[in-house]
Amino acid sequence: MKKINNTCSTLYTPKVMATFKNPHNYGKIKNASGIGKVGNIVCGDVMWLYIKVAKNKKGQDVIKDIKFETFGCVAAISTSSIITDLVKGKTINEALKVTKDNVIESLGGLPKIKYHCSVLAVDALIEAVYDYFLKTGQKIPADLEKKHKIIKKSKDIIEERYKGWDK
Amino acid sequence: MKRIYFDYAATTPVDKRVLKEMEPYFSEKFGNTMSLHSFGQEAKLALDQSRQVLADLINAKPNEIIFTSSATESNNLALKGVALATRKLDSRFHGNDNAHIVISSIEHPCIMESAKWLAKNGFEITKLPVDKYGRVNPKDVERAITEKTILVSVMHASNEIGTIEPIEEIGKICRQKGVYFHTDASQSFGKIPIDVEEMNIDLLTASSHKMYGPKGAGLLYVRNGVKIEPILHGGGQENGMRSSTVNVPAIVGFAKATEICKAEMKREGVRLAKLRDKLIKGVLKIKGAKLNGDPRNRLPNNINVSFPSIEGESLIIHLDLYGIACSTGSACSSAKLEPSYVLLAIGLKPEEAHGSLRISLGRQTTEKEIGYFLKVLPKIVEKLKKMSPFKL
Repeated sequence: MKKINNTCSTLYTPKVMATFKNPHNYGKIKNASGIGKVGNIVCGDVMWLYIKVAKNKKGQDVIKDIKFETFGCVAAISTSSIITDLVKGKTINEALKVTKDNVIESLGGLPKIKYHCSVLAVDALIEAVYDYFLKTGQKIPADLEKKHKIIKKSKDIIEERYKGWDK
Repeated sequence: MKRIYFDYAATTPVDKRVLKEMEPYFSEKFGNTMSLHSFGQEAKLALDQSRQVLADLINAKPNEIIFTSSATESNNLALKGVALATRKLDSRFHGNDNAHIVISSIEHPCIMESAKWLAKNGFEITKLPVDKYGRVNPKDVERAITEKTILVSVMHASNEIGTIEPIEEIGKICRQKGVYFHTDASQSFGKIPIDVEEMNIDLLTASSHKMYGPKGAGLLYVRNGVKIEPILHGGGQENGMRSSTVNVPAIVGFAKATEICKAEMKREGVRLAKLRDKLIKGVLKIKGAKLNGDPRNRLPNNINVSFPSIEGESLIIHLDLYGIACSTGSACSSAKLEPSYVLLAIGLKPEEAHGSLRISLGRQTTEKEIGYFLKVLPKIVEKLKKMSPFKL
């Protein structure tokens, strides 16, 4: 029989556990350029992502700093940390190309029932960028607008489903 | 790293004395209790003696004990057995009239799911609410009983929040109304006194592995005269109520575990309650921490607390990294994401239920372990709070 020698080794990969144990970039950014808030408390996962945007030499928008605040399970905290690592220093255009599969791969895999945590991380980033565009009065690209609408719609559905729970 | 086990409500280690008692029944006294030869009779004798020990603990008669494989099986047999027997034997329900069963809203899933199955099969189910401490009001039981009620099932003590239910009063009401009363005593059996006569209990469930016996043994006490329909049909073991070759080693272990619990109950109960209270006092010093369950009517080994701004799975995994094993009512690892229905039933908000921590103590728990836990926990809570968007 296989010997179990580390916590949750039947559920999470060593990379998930290491990330959970020592997550990067947690906390708040004061005067953030954009904040993305996703998740629902009834489901037990709430993720807030703060981004600080600055221009690079080419005049492109770059994610200069990024931090997360997450209420959630091991997977939610790990995906929060990984998304910050994946996009920090990238241009906004590059950052928006990060997918849930990139998040899962970077963690060496996630249990299927935790896939939604990788979606949450990507959604939080999209929402933070959307918020930044709104705040700076920039024209929102059609693709981003579409993604934002999908996120908002599923959020509304969940909130409707659990209406009255959170009283 | 030394590991600390604080999850005795989930399961317990088999006591060495129990293991020693069981050992001969695997390869030496391995007979089938139904066999007429000496091998079989040896096993039968052990079974009879075990039955006597179990019956004695709760002031029952040996022929009122049906051995099963688990508390889940016992609870299924209690609910379905009574329901199906009533439908068969009680002429009131031969037409389209549906018999009625009352349960509480904080029962273990095996009661909940059995009741749900019965509801699908034409029985009416009433789930009684509980107060903020998780207690069923006996008056609610009285009000819920109708002419069609055949059975009331209320657990003796909650597996999650440790609340001890007023089963004596509920039993009395059921007896007066002529309704059977079942109680799931999985968490209380061997820990606090039970007397089926004094408490007017007609059916009772107990489990071996919650009290330092092996897994794979449980029992259902069925008062003489109470009619139940068996679920397992076959060779007619357990007086025809539960066919299956009897698991003699496990039952011998169950009986030995019971003997030990009975002898040590008083002393161990006082010892654990002291440790429990020390732990509760220490944990409640953490900002935002809240005790779940009844502060007074509580199992001596149960602590359940909530930290509203952090999530339970993260909390228990951090504790596990320190070698401490606890459990949570947060359902983050299960397919459905809603938190514990027990915690919601006592009025907790979802975030409080997600941030719940159950600590259950046992025979090997020491004061030193409690001290270590109280040193580690605030650090972890602080770390997770720093990461959380909620700062309660």
